[in-house]
Amino acid sequence: MDKGYDDIIVKTISRLMIPFIQLYALYVILHGHYSPGGGFQGGVILGASIILFALAFGRETALEVFKEKVLLVLCGIGVIIYAGAGYLCLLSGGNYLDYGKAPFFHPPYIRSFMIMVVEIGVGITVMAVMASIFFALSRRE
Amino acid sequence: MKLLAALSAFLTGAILIYGTLFMPPFGDPKAPAHTHVAPRYIARALEETEVPNIVTAILADYRGYDTLGETTVIFTAGVSVILLLRRNKK
Repeated sequence: MDKGYDDIIVKTISRLMIPFIQLYALYVILHGHYSPGGGFQGGVILGASIILFALAFGRETALEVFKEKVLLVLCGIGVIIYAGAGYLCLLSGGNYLDYGKAPFFHPPYIRSFMIMVVEIGVGITVMAVMASIFFALSRRE
Repeated sequence: MKLLAALSAFLTGAILIYGTLFMPPFGDPKAPAHTHVAPRYIARALEETEVPNIVTAILADYRGYDTLGETTVIFTAGVSVILLLRRNKK
């Protein structure tokens, strides 16, 4: 019933732009320790692309792609990734969130690698929370 | 009662504005924020964290606990909004 924004221009431009917006969001998250950006900013851009999809093609279409339950689980998974990265450092005798001591990976770039893992966790949580709040607020009945 | 509320709000605002008068000028190199930990971060962030972006180094490494808390706050906010707004059909 909800067919989204009834305009061919909006739908075509959204179809063209959304992949590039999501690619840029991934760049902002994964390159956050070398250039401006990081998990929070990239997660917001990723969430905005989902919201643009929902606005252009309709809430019901978007809910078929991004299920509300999956988004809710993703909210928790991001925090678990972050906290898990902290516990990983405990395994080999370091302090909590002391990235230099993480096992399985070895210097010299272990710290920047663990920062990237942590940023991915933040990005997943921010993206899922943004999309969940939008879907919860845009409910009709 | 309304007069009392307005008076207390006005008084609190006045005290806060009075407090800002003693802040150091914007960009002052001798301000406390620029003399304690900031020079050490700028000097040693690259060798200690292997990350060239100092903002990310402070956010995710030096203050990792803080960012973990921020992520948890966002998670809690999202779950609260969903709990308040979502109504399951019975």
